[in-house]
Amino acid sequence: MFVTSAYAQTAPAATDPHAAPAGETHTETGVAHGGEHAGGGNFPPFDANYYPSQLLWLVITFGLFYLVMQKVIAPRLAGIIEGRHGRIAQDLDEANRLKAEADAAVETYEKELAAARAKAQGIADKAREAAKQKAAADRTAIEAELAQKVSAAEAHIAEIKAKAFADVGQIAEETASAVVDQLIGAKASGEDIKAAVAAAKTEA
Amino acid sequence: MANDPIHQFQISKIVPIEIGGLDVSFTNASLFMVATVAIAAGFLYFATGQRALIPGRAQSVAEMAYEFVANMLREGAGSQGMKFFPLVFSLFMFILTANLIGMFPYFFTVTSQIIVTFALSILVIGLVVLFGFYKHGLRFLKLFVPSGVPIVLMPLVIAIEVISFLARPISLSVRLFANMLAGHITLKVFAGFVASLGALGALGVGGAILPLIMTVALTGLEFLVAFLQAYVFAVLTCMYLNDALHPDGH
Repeated sequence: MFVTSAYAQTAPAATDPHAAPAGETHTETGVAHGGEHAGGGNFPPFDANYYPSQLLWLVITFGLFYLVMQKVIAPRLAGIIEGRHGRIAQDLDEANRLKAEADAAVETYEKELAAARAKAQGIADKAREAAKQKAAADRTAIEAELAQKVSAAEAHIAEIKAKAFADVGQIAEETASAVVDQLIGAKASGEDIKAAVAAAKTEA
Repeated sequence: MANDPIHQFQISKIVPIEIGGLDVSFTNASLFMVATVAIAAGFLYFATGQRALIPGRAQSVAEMAYEFVANMLREGAGSQGMKFFPLVFSLFMFILTANLIGMFPYFFTVTSQIIVTFALSILVIGLVVLFGFYKHGLRFLKLFVPSGVPIVLMPLVIAIEVISFLARPISLSVRLFANMLAGHITLKVFAGFVASLGALGALGVGGAILPLIMTVALTGLEFLVAFLQAYVFAVLTCMYLNDALHPDGH
């Protein structure tokens, strides 16, 4: 700043004599005449001679600029930005809606999957139960049949045994009467032999 | 003349016009005002022409400017302030474009004229005062009476508040004007050093490297200042509009 002001003061003095063409001096003097009265001096920004012109043209240009901004540019920019915000909000809503739909679809899918799984489980359970029941029934039937067969066999055995025992009595009586016949030469009465055999049988 | 750092602010007539004794010529300043408006409005118009859902580069820039100013206004003056959006947006874009155009060599910087920045700040302050009285009537004067101040101090505080309010258009305009003016003068001076040192021969050319680096750095800084001053002007406009909207809400 120091250098600036010093230079600013010396520079015009140094250069003015060299470059002061005719046209330049005219304007300089013209400025100087009005400028001194207005107290503005030679410094162009304080030269009051041009104030009306500056003001008028500023009013014209800035006024026009303001009108263009107010009527065209600001509404247009606001429209663009609001339109974009609206569009973004709309897109976000759409995305949310789609996401909700997808979530619902996933939920139904999972529900259906669970139901199917439960159903399959039920079917398997039922099948297993049925098979178990059938197996049990078959087993009891076979067991019953076997038991019947066993009891029939037992009855048959008992019958044979009884028959054998009966035969045994008769054979014993015959043998006994023959033995008695041989030993004592007398016929033992049938009654006695029968009683003796029976007694022996019970002893055995 | 090439080294005169003030020459860039010289106004010259292009089309002399005089109405009722007033010189309202179309000057180079007027030309660059027209250029500023044409470039800013043209850019915004064509950038938003497609109204694309997915913005291109130009439309992104236009939307960024819109969002930037809209957020600034919403934070500074609340949602009620949005009715002033076109004004703040126009001010921001106009000053920004004018500042950036001024960065081109041989181009005139519209905002380096105190009358231009003063007119813009008077527009803002005038709007604040008019809207404040229109909206709140005499309650707008509560702006100068901060709550919770002891009665004894009241006259002093009110005087300070009034003075600070009156200083607003001056500070608002001088800040922008002085920043642009000083920046351009500094830039010109350092660039002038490069030229005058370079003319001194081999040693001078070696010595000219330093101001050249300085000029490059200052150019970057000036681009920052060009944006920053437009931003500051817009932010302060928002704050002043907030006063008009909520005079008792200090």
